[in-house]
Amino acid sequence: MAAVADVEAGAQAPAPIARPAGRRRSYPVWRWVILLLAGLYFVIPLYAALRFAGLKAFPDIFKQAGFADAIELSLRLAVITTILTLVLMVPTTIYVHLRLPQIRRTMEGITILPIVIPPIVLIIGVLKVAPGFLLSTPYLLALVYVILAMPFAYRSLDAGLRAVDLKTLTEASNSLGAGWPTTLWRVVLPNIRTAMLSATVLTVALVLGEFTMASLALYVTFPVWIVQFEQNSGPVSVAASLLALFVTWLLLMVIVTVGGQGARKRGGAQVSLFTVTPPRETSHTTGEPE
Amino acid sequence: MTTNAGMTASTGAGTKAGGGAVRAAASGAGAPVALHDLSRSFGTVHALAGLSLDIAPGELVALLGPSGCGKTTALRILAGFEYADTGSVTVDGKDVSRVPAAKRDMGMVFQSYSLFPNMTALDNVGFGLRMRKLRAADRNRRAGELLDLVGLSDQAKKYPNQMSGGQQQRVALARALAIEPRVLLLDEPLSALDAKVRLQLREQIRALQQRLGITTLFVTHDQEEALSMADRVGVMKDGKLEQVAVPSKLYAEPATAFVAEFVGTMNRLPGQMQGPDRVIALGTVVPVHEGSAPGLSGDVDVMVRPEGLRIAVQPGGNGIVTDRTFLGSVTRIAVRLSGDVTVKVDHLTTEADAMSLGTSVQVSLPGAPVLVTERR
Repeated sequence: MAAVADVEAGAQAPAPIARPAGRRRSYPVWRWVILLLAGLYFVIPLYAALRFAGLKAFPDIFKQAGFADAIELSLRLAVITTILTLVLMVPTTIYVHLRLPQIRRTMEGITILPIVIPPIVLIIGVLKVAPGFLLSTPYLLALVYVILAMPFAYRSLDAGLRAVDLKTLTEASNSLGAGWPTTLWRVVLPNIRTAMLSATVLTVALVLGEFTMASLALYVTFPVWIVQFEQNSGPVSVAASLLALFVTWLLLMVIVTVGGQGARKRGGAQVSLFTVTPPRETSHTTGEPE
Repeated sequence: MTTNAGMTASTGAGTKAGGGAVRAAASGAGAPVALHDLSRSFGTVHALAGLSLDIAPGELVALLGPSGCGKTTALRILAGFEYADTGSVTVDGKDVSRVPAAKRDMGMVFQSYSLFPNMTALDNVGFGLRMRKLRAADRNRRAGELLDLVGLSDQAKKYPNQMSGGQQQRVALARALAIEPRVLLLDEPLSALDAKVRLQLREQIRALQQRLGITTLFVTHDQEEALSMADRVGVMKDGKLEQVAVPSKLYAEPATAFVAEFVGTMNRLPGQMQGPDRVIALGTVVPVHEGSAPGLSGDVDVMVRPEGLRIAVQPGGNGIVTDRTFLGSVTRIAVRLSGDVTVKVDHLTTEADAMSLGTSVQVSLPGAPVLVTERR
């Protein structure tokens, strides 16, 4: 009882009140320290790479033999992979949400498999079983990249679909006379635009950065070219790596800005990569100006 | 059937444009609807078990019942979102049982906010017209008229998230009416709104429905909503209709004990049949309405509304006041009778002051009960 009495007495005294206030003040400091350390962890290598490459190396990238072919192949693969991924994953995810919501957890498990299985295992398996006509074209890589992009694309689309009342929206559209293609085009897709943009950027980033599979399949994509070219000119190779990194960052900024603006304008859920920020609370149950 | 006096006050601005919308929306109104012997199971759950219902042209029928009684399934089958396992759906004499929702020409207002978030209020209302290939100018004019009809013409350019819940549901109503539906389906459209907005929208929906003469099926679990809005109310239980009747009949002459207890407040008193048409309860022998005690004898439960009982202060009476609820002109007094039976009695508030908690009172049954049923 004495202890309880002490605590109660202490709670009313000025000193104990000051302690929690002091702790509250210390939190932001620690946050900044952690942020600074994490920032340094990322920035120092980049700065070192920039120092090593030098600004002069950047214009040289575009003059190097094989660069144009490599970047063209990577971009072509990125476009094909993105189209295939969206064509396959958007209807699948919508179907799962509408008709088979009970298998959503299973889908999450299945779609994570490409991350769990090492890329080298995947590509060796693919190279063994792929038909001959595919082995002779780089588009085999696009098919493999679709599988690699699946975890990211599925999660982005899943997050986007969870942010809208898909069942009610599609039923409302149907009841107004719209068939499924129209409902998909005019109602569903515009409301998961940001999610599709997320899936696209993640897929493009994955394709532009993938090395193992392209290397084993003997195709010179942009990352393979960087590694090969490193033997000729280290600085230019590093400059190319930095350029790829900046382009990817730029894409991410575009998605967050454009997607965020659209979502803010309509007030819908804001979807950024895998996260969904629920729409602003509207005064659903409050009185309204009648 | 009683109409809801005073409901039109807030409805329709009565403008020229609104009038045009009324004419337009009413042009295809009034199709008779028949649900015949509908059954629908989900796994082992029988959501509907032989439901039949006829709705006259221009009539508003409410389906009322507890959660899981099958009322929403019935509405969804009429809308075309579900197909019945057996039975048929007929609209205007045509069997539409296998017609997809998109081709049924039925307007629907959903329980949750169903406006398309990517479209303005005007575009939402014009969506169904767009599906009917109307030119943009005509579409926008008609959509504008419908928004005017629900008093939201100033919200035309707003997105759903910029409107309150009540406004969203009114836009949803305008959207449903824009396609000139022959049947309007309302799936608990007021349940997400607060009491004040709910009351306003309730009156507005009913007034519009009456003006346009659209055949309407309204699903709700709120009996006050059902009784105040509907021409007839169907009370459902376990996938079947227990009774379909005008609200006053449903209240005064319930067909089953379930309806009697589900609609309004009901007391159950122990009683005994005294021949085929008389019953004794609270020490009084009273007549029973014809058909309200079919084939019963011996011990029974006598069902009486709170306003059907009399109460008076009496030392050594048959009950003790245990609770009081002020309801305006009347006060509902809970009385514990001997045998641990508690009844609720409505009494004029002006005379209820004397009946404080613990007061000994005499409760009596002055007339015929609502229903007599087997002893539970």
